Amino acid sequence: MSAPTLTSTRPDPSAPGAALTQRRSRPGDLAFRLAMQACLVVAFGVLTGLLTWVLIKGWNRLDSRLWTEMPTGLTSRLDGAGVQSALVGTLWIISLVAVICLPIGILSAIYLEEYADNTRWYNRLLELNIQNLAGVPSIIFGILGLGIIARALGFGFTITTAAIVLSLLVLPVVIIATREAIRAVPQSIRQASYALGATKWQTVSRQVLPSAVPGIATGSILALSRAIGEAAPLIVLGAVTFITFNPNGLDSAYTALPIQIFTFITRPQAEFTELAAGAIVLLLAIVLAMNSIAIFVRNRFEKRW
Amino acid sequence: MTTSIHGAGSAAGNSLRQGRRRPVESIVKALLVAAAFVSIITTVGIVIALAEPTIGFFRQVSIVEFVTGTSWTPTFAQKAYGVLPLVSATLVVTVIALLIAVPIGLGSAIYLSEYARPGVRKLLKPIVELLAGVPTVVYGFVALFALNPLLQKWWPADDGPAFQNLLIAGIAMGIMIVPTIASISEDSMAAVPRSLREGAYALASTKMQVSTRVVVPAAISGIVAAIVLGISRAVGETMIVTIAGGLTSDRVVINPLDGAATMTAFIANISSGDIPIGSLDYDSVFAVGALLFLITFALNAVSIRMVRRFREVYE
Repeated sequence: MSAPTLTSTRPDPSAPGAALTQRRSRPGDLAFRLAMQACLVVAFGVLTGLLTWVLIKGWNRLDSRLWTEMPTGLTSRLDGAGVQSALVGTLWIISLVAVICLPIGILSAIYLEEYADNTRWYNRLLELNIQNLAGVPSIIFGILGLGIIARALGFGFTITTAAIVLSLLVLPVVIIATREAIRAVPQSIRQASYALGATKWQTVSRQVLPSAVPGIATGSILALSRAIGEAAPLIVLGAVTFITFNPNGLDSAYTALPIQIFTFITRPQAEFTELAAGAIVLLLAIVLAMNSIAIFVRNRFEKRW
Repeated sequence: MTTSIHGAGSAAGNSLRQGRRRPVESIVKALLVAAAFVSIITTVGIVIALAEPTIGFFRQVSIVEFVTGTSWTPTFAQKAYGVLPLVSATLVVTVIALLIAVPIGLGSAIYLSEYARPGVRKLLKPIVELLAGVPTVVYGFVALFALNPLLQKWWPADDGPAFQNLLIAGIAMGIMIVPTIASISEDSMAAVPRSLREGAYALASTKMQVSTRVVVPAAISGIVAAIVLGISRAVGETMIVTIAGGLTSDRVVINPLDGAATMTAFIANISSGDIPIGSLDYDSVFAVGALLFLITFALNAVSIRMVRRFREVYE
């Protein structure tokens, strides 16, 4: 790779007579490489170590009680306790988030990519606004829910409020992922469609969107899995109580998995810690399974043009 | 298609250049605009939700006391509203988190982008992204029940870390941010054109020189954006500090071995209790929320600018 003259003129005390073809190995270079590798190993090692620890800690609670029994605040009843109401609450919330957030997010992205003239100030503002919303702390969305949705609009501390707040929270994720997927569809596809006399919406709905489905699906699943794991906004929305019944409607009181875990953590007794670990394994299984599906869909089905 | 034939028939004399009006197209566009408007409404909603109680709060508490006071005790009999204890705790946790996350995240990114074989990279990159999705309540749990007992056991001196403390919250947060920083920095390093690396190799650079003097400087705006995003996440993160960071807010705590409430932890703690609407306690949650919103808003603005610069250069 390097020119012969350069190697011979450069003082290299470690290997003065090394052949040109032989790779020079400098101690500094090797150390750097190992240091970088160590970073990666440490990052992975610590994370997998901690996740394994949670698994071991919650091992005794990993049985059907988790989803067949209700949570409790009493140590004496802990043996027959689980997190059913939290699991059902999470399923309710996430279905509602999917219904509210995905259509709005995908339609917004279509507007921004296909319809908006981005030389206009209001469209640029819209874009900046979405980028900024993506970085707003989740607890601030909880405050939005508390002040506006629960109190001013009168939705109260219900499962609907929780779903609306989490939908707004993950909306930027859906929009940004969908925009990227739409942007990746080459312009020539659109032009071919127009050339055959298709209208704008016909082009978008029959050519662009079908090609962008894998990217949109990935973004949507990642957004939903983030909503499942969020606890902070729900704490502000007053979800920290022991709910021993499953939600039965849109205006029902509720609890959710991350909130239930938080409630168990705040109890000093070791039995609660164990139950919390079991619930965490359940939560992680759901979230990591969803993320794996999302990443698999992206890597497997994404079209390369 | 029927609409188009119908439309063409009714406007037979129109010139070809004139766009035919189609009801479906206009309805669709109106719907799209309405959807896009939701995100604007969200921001306006956040500002209104924060502004009104915050103004109410500052009618009773002077801004000078809020900004310079060193005691935050809304729930005590002797009430004080100086926000500095919450801000300093946030700062301490954020600094600790960055000290851990930036070197490890950047190192991982450099290894993945410059050293790892394509197969290894293809395997590890998705796992890094996967780990970025672990819910933060999980990090809070392991910080309190796994990491802190270890830290207390290994601590050389007698006055070791408290049951809840800023150090352990910062460490857990650092671990949480590593995948984010690694993933985004790696993206920006991967966007550095091959020709720059090849040019450097042609001048007899070693791999380390290429990594540190060519790739990292070329990707610097993406790296900075990743770090700023990491700061923003650390400042706004709630569950880890609420679970493992502690509750003290009546004085400024700098020693990371002690516990203290951050801005987010205060909001979470006070709103998980029952507070009467319109009381000063209730309004104080919003005042702290407004401060938090302003801080992250500024951080996001910097990050967005940086990302845009890196896109403009290489895309």
